[in-house]
Order: sequence, then structure tokens, then C-alpha cells
Amino acid sequence: MRHVLTTGLVRGLVGQAVGFALGVYTARAWGATDWRADGPLAWAAVLSVLGFMLASGMVSDWLGWLAGNFAPPRHGAPPGKPRWWRYWSVDYDHKVIGIQYGVTALVLVGLAGSVALIFRSELSKPGIDFLEPAVFNTLIGWHGIVMIAGILTGVAAMANYLVPLMVGARDMAFPRLNAFAYWINVPGVVLVVLALFLRWETGWTGYPPLGVQTMPGAIPFYLGVFVIGFSSILGAVNILATAFGMRAQGMTLFRMPIFVWSMVATSIIALTATQLIGLSFVLVVLERVFGMTFFSPTLTESAQALGSPPGQPLLFQHLFWFYSHPAVYVFILPGLGIISELLPVFARKPLFGYKWVAMASLAIALVGFLVWGHHMFTSGMSDIMRVTMMWTTLLVAVPTGVKFFNWLGTMWGGKLTFPTPMLFVLGALSIFLIGGLSGPPNGTVSTDLFLHDTYWIVGHFHATMFGGFVYPYIAAIYYWYPKVTGRMYNETLGKIHFWLMTPAFWTMSLGQMLAGLWGMRRRIVDYDPALGVAGLQTAVTIAAHVIFLSMLIFAFNLVWSAFRGKVAAANPWRSRSPEFQVPSPVPDENYPAPVVVVSEPYEYGGPEPYVVFAHGPAAADD
Amino acid sequence: MAVLHSVHEHDLPYARRERVNRWGLWLFLISESFMFAGLLAARFYLWGGTRPPLDQTLGLLLTSILLVSSFFMNRAEVAIAHDDRPEFLRSAMLTVVLGTAFLVGVVGWEWGLFLPDGPHLRPTDGAFGAVVYGLTGFHAFHVLTGVLAILAVWHLGRRGHFSARQHWGVEAVAVYWHFVDLVWVFFYPALYLIGQVVAAGH
Ligand code: HEM
Ligand SMILES: [Cu+2]
Repeated sequence: MRHVLTTGLVRGLVGQAVGFALGVYTARAWGATDWRADGPLAWAAVLSVLGFMLASGMVSDWLGWLAGNFAPPRHGAPPGKPRWWRYWSVDYDHKVIGIQYGVTALVLVGLAGSVALIFRSELSKPGIDFLEPAVFNTLIGWHGIVMIAGILTGVAAMANYLVPLMVGARDMAFPRLNAFAYWINVPGVVLVVLALFLRWETGWTGYPPLGVQTMPGAIPFYLGVFVIGFSSILGAVNILATAFGMRAQGMTLFRMPIFVWSMVATSIIALTATQLIGLSFVLVVLERVFGMTFFSPTLTESAQALGSPPGQPLLFQHLFWFYSHPAVYVFILPGLGIISELLPVFARKPLFGYKWVAMASLAIALVGFLVWGHHMFTSGMSDIMRVTMMWTTLLVAVPTGVKFFNWLGTMWGGKLTFPTPMLFVLGALSIFLIGGLSGPPNGTVSTDLFLHDTYWIVGHFHATMFGGFVYPYIAAIYYWYPKVTGRMYNETLGKIHFWLMTPAFWTMSLGQMLAGLWGMRRRIVDYDPALGVAGLQTAVTIAAHVIFLSMLIFAFNLVWSAFRGKVAAANPWRSRSPEFQVPSPVPDENYPAPVVVVSEPYEYGGPEPYVVFAHGPAAADD
Repeated sequence: MAVLHSVHEHDLPYARRERVNRWGLWLFLISESFMFAGLLAARFYLWGGTRPPLDQTLGLLLTSILLVSSFFMNRAEVAIAHDDRPEFLRSAMLTVVLGTAFLVGVVGWEWGLFLPDGPHLRPTDGAFGAVVYGLTGFHAFHVLTGVLAILAVWHLGRRGHFSARQHWGVEAVAVYWHFVDLVWVFFYPALYLIGQVVAAGH
């Protein structure tokens, strides 16, 4: 108990509560009557985040610098604490932070998934059964944004655990910043949870003017997402600096493991585009709190007298989608990297067209910056923009296709085996294919006019996210599980997980698309029985429950195997990757001696290993 | 936050540490420039070819103060690179003073907190108010963090930290300061110079 109270998590949450209470108290002292008014709420939310930061210990080292204390970051298990303690506290080891991110991701996905089951059940037949419209609207927005937070933390989990190992480094470039970037998510998520109780009705996109007019939950929603986005940005700084500054001797850019390439492409997006969702959300908060009309198309009398132009709702959509389209590549590029990483191992063949795969990631990332307007085809945006964005959108299909053919080329003639991670990789391919094929109809103006805001879109993006993130993430967890825990997961449970989830997912996604084609709109609690979609809706609801059940089996497998699983070998998959050349679990210091790259990463069947450990003086480039 | 990375952090040798830190700092600035570019885009989207009547003297004065401050920040960095600690401390402190003067100018006059009958442009005044307060606000926040960071290295410098060989902290703060300065070089014309002034009293 004593140890529980000293964890960074508990201390931070107490600090956050104190910060929030302080905000409410000071607002009262300055004359506010209702703490749920925009001003007091925003103020309390900001103080609550600061409270978490100070109390959790995530900024202690930096504050120590001001006192001239420049001790290097503490590495290794903290003395005098039980083994589990460091996983619940501020720790600088990238492996610990990776696990923290990974567990957080699973928790967030689980929470958001449970909420989905609630509104899914409401939708299984026409009529309003048990959810008020305002609650329904809050729940769909919460589901969306918490899933996104779950995906971002899942991506960060893979990046943190794998990138330093794969480039042969001891840790990330900035271990303290790394811990900061993880922990700042926690107060952000707490704010988003607060939004659930205070309610807001815009859905995950937060469009004004509704975002300015809706219930007080909007404030913690916008601010919480801002904080989570800040984490993404700092994480991206760290990953890029690690990939460019910390590589082992002999690891030229084109000898990096392909997952590192995909994280470079991902981080370029997260580094830059995230600023714009952050900005757009802060501007809405400013509009709510100070009446600064960036987005509402209304003018006060004094503004009229000044001759000021009004705010513009479309400005928000431009800023928002400039992030939120590229963001979908933040979700999928790491997953595609995992696919490229695992296929050669399970096909026992080199990755087909390594350079093309690497460059395709960069191309997807860069072209992805030029397509945001395809979310605004029906918004009243100019025709020139519509047509331009249509063409750029269709262009993204080219590098995506390149990747697909490279994967097929990798498998072609390979000696394939099908343990659970490989099943999830193949499942990912099949699902990403329908997700990807359902994209171009949305990207074409003439067809999107009919598809926009229907369940077709819901089907489209669930397929892309499951194929591009969820399946690869699950594959990655199974694949690196022995490396992380030192034990094997249960193969039978893994296969049951796969065979329950995959048909259910196909039913769900295709059912959603079909319902959309038949006229079912998105984001609405009720629908006309005459549409004839009730049967589809019921099927989708059942499928969603089966997916959830399969995820429970997954969670059980992970927890149970951590204690009871078979002890794992150092290299159960016969991988060439550096992290598989050391014992499982990976030792605290990662590698016994500096890593030296001596050949290509994916030469399966080749005579030379990818890396050796130099038992000599430190790497030559110092 | 890459701004203050310490001398001994991690197990890397100093030269390599410094190289990695540079990556971190510049990446962070690239990131920030997207946010400022977003604000500029908002300005042009909302105002188009118009602008509100702002105090031109004040604008020019603020801009000059900030440019001069960058000169002193540079002097501070050069001084520590030559182990000239007194000069470093003097120049850094001058930069702090100038940066604070800039902040007082924005908050006190442009935002009218010191003016007896308030500003003639309020945040609620349509897109004019929103953009003026939004852009100057975001920028002023960065100036404030810059001032605090300079104070931090000044404080450490006074206690004997930093030398000609090891002064990454000073370099980082200086680069950040120039960056914030550069942002203003874009914001100043966008707010004060470009576009037709809309005459009040329509
Ligand atoms: C071939 C590639 C793709 C194309 C051409 C494409 C195109 C589109 C278009 C045009 C829309 C807007 C439809 C509308 O609202 O009317 C859309 C929505 C969406 N797409 Fe894609 N997409 C592609 C791949 C992806 C991928 C890989 C993901 C992510 C993992 C993704 C995630 C989304 C999301 C989340 C939305 C819905 C946003 C919302 O309105 O809430 N898409 N897609
Ligand atoms: Cu998009």
C-alpha cells in the first residue's frame, strides 16, 4: 500500500485533482458562480494538467537543472521498490515506457470499445430505446477520440520499444522527454473522461459553430486532445532524433530495419501536422472563453462598427483536416511497417524491394499533406479545391499499391508458416484491402456527394484502421511478446482470437458499408425502418460484440501467459533483427557491447548475420 | 523542452550528445513553425486584403525592440563561446529586459490593459479582434517562455555553469530566441502592414 501511494500515477492524479480544485476555488474567488462555465472550466483544466506534471515527478529532473543538478537520468530498477513499481512511475528506460504506452493503449481501446457496444446496441433496431440523443452523441464522439488516443499510444508503444533496439542504441535520444511525452497523456485522458460526464455533441471532429455552442464537456474535450497531441509532437521529435542521431555503427539509412523507416515517415507527419489540430482546438476554446470569433459567422455591433469581417466555420475544417487526414497515416504507417517487418521472417525470404517500401512510406506521408480537402467536398469549398484534392487523393493510391505488391512479392515462393502473428499480418492485408478499395469512391467528388456522412464512410475507416493499425498492432504484440516478457503467449488462444475476430470484423465492416449505401446516415441515434437496414444493423451489433469478446480472450492470454506461459527462447522466430540476438526479456542495458551492422537486414538464407556485437572500444564515430 | 539538455545526460560523449540535441531542438522548431504558419493562414483566410487600424508607432517600436534583443542574445552566446562570463551575463540580462519590454508593450498597450479606457480593438470584435489577439497572444506566450529560459541560463551561468567548450544550454536558448524573433518578422507585416485599413464607423 505504501508503495502504491508513491507511484507516479497515484501522485500525479492527486496533483491533478488538487490543481483542478485550485482552479475552481480561484475562479469562485474571482466571482465565477458556476465552475462549469467555459472560463472557470478551462482555467481549472489547465491547472489540473500542471498539477499532474508537478506531482507525478515527470518534470523533477528539469526543475533540478535550475538548481544546478545535472545528474544523468536514472537508469535501471529504482532501489528499495518492488519490481512492478517502475511501471507505474516515471522511468526513463525506453522499454519500460514502451510497455507503459502499450498497456495504456489496450486500456483505452478497451474503454472506447465498451462504449461502442452501448451505442451499437441502441442502433440494433430503429427507434430510440435507451439512449437520449445528447448522450448518444457524446458517446460516439468519445468512442472516436478515445480510440484515436488508443491508436496514438499504441503507435508510440511500438516506436518506443522497438526503435532504439532496432537502431542498436541504449535508449531514445532524449529519455526524459520520452517519459514526459508518455505521462502527459494521462492528465489528457483524464480531461477527456471528464468530457464524457459533462457531455458535448460534436463528435470527434469538434466542428464549430456547434463546438462553440454545445455543452461544457467541449472544454475538457478540446484541451484533453490538445495535451495528447502535444505528446505526439514530443514523441516524434524523439523518434526522429533517435533514428538520425543514434544509429549503430555501419547502419546506413538503407540498412535500417524497415519499421524504423515507417516510424520516420510517421514522425514527420506527427511532428508537423499535429500542431494544426492543436491550434484549431485551442482557437475554439479561445472563442468559447473570450468570445474571439474565429469561426462563428456572427458579428457583434462594435465589430460591425469597426468594419471587421466575421469568423468562418470553414477555416476550422481546413486547419482540422490538415492534421486529421495525415493523422490517418500516423495510424497506419507504423502498422504497414510491422507488416513489412514480419512478412520476411515468416516467409524466410528477403523483403521484396526494400528501398521501394521505404520510399513509399515517405511518399504516402508527403502526398498525405495535400489531400485534406477530400473531407470537405460537401462543405461549400471552391470547385478548384475540390478537383485538385480529388486528384491528389487518388494519387495516394500509387505508393500504397507499391507496398501491396512488395508484400505479395515477399510472400511469393516463400516457405510460409502461420503462427498467430502471421495470421494477424495476413488478416491485416485482407482487411486493409477492402478499406483501401473503399477509399477512392470517397475521394471522387461525384460519388462522395452521395457517400459523405453515411455509414459507408464508417465502414471505410473502420476497415482501414483495423487493417492498418489494429491487426498489425495485435500481430506485433504476439510477435514481440516473448521478447518483452520472456514468456510465450498461448498459441491456441491466439488462434481462437484470430478466427473469432476476423469473420466478425468482415461482417461488421461490410455491413456498415452496405447500410450506408442503402441510405443509413452516420452520427444519428434513430433511423427510418423503411430504409430496410435494421437487419444489417443487428448483424453489425452482434459482430461488434464478437470482436469485443475476442479481444477479451486476447487480454486474458496476455495476462495469463505473463505468469504461466512457457519460458521463451532468445529468438523464437529465427529473426535477424538485433533485439532477437540478446536474451528474452531484453536486458536492462539492451546490448552487451556496441552493435555493428555487417550486412543487410532481411537477407534470410544469406551467410552473414545482420549485426554483431563489437567487444572492443566504443563505436568509432565518437 | 529540448532547450536545456544537460551536459552529462545519458551515456553519450559530449560532442555526440550535442549533435543529437541539435536534432531535437531544430525538429521542435520545425514543428512550432507549422503552428505559426497555421495562425498566419487564419489571418489571411479571415482578413483577406483588409486590416484593422492598429497603432503604427507601437508596432514599429515593438519590432525594433525584439530585433535589438536578438542582437544581444547573439552577443551572449558569442561571449560564452570565448569564456567571457561577465559579458555573457550582461548581454543575457539585456535580452531579458528587452524581451520583457516587448511583452509589456503588447499586453499593456496593444491589449490596452494599461490604457484608462481599454483598447479600441477588443478580442470580441469579429475576426479583427480574434486574429490580433490570437496572433499576438500565441507569440507573446513564446516570448514569455523565451524570457524564462534566458533567465534560467543566466542563473546557471552566474553559478559557474557553461564554458567555451560546453554551452549547449546557451546555444539552445539563443536559437529558440532567434526563432521567436523570426516569427514576429512575419507577424508584424501580416498584422500591421499588409492590406487596406478598414475605416471605422461604417
Ligand atoms: C486509398 C486510400 C484512401 C482514400 C482514397 C480515402 C479517402 C477518404 C475520403 C475521401 C474520406 C472522406 C469521405 C467523406 O467524409 O465523405 C475518407 C474518410 C475517412 N478516411 Fe479514408 N481514404 C483512404 C484511406 C484511409 C486510411 C488508410 C485511413 C486510416 C486509417 C482512412 C481513414 C479515414 C477516416 C477516419 C475517415 C472519416 C473521417 C470522418 O469524417 O470522421 N482512410 N477517406
Ligand atoms: Cu482523409
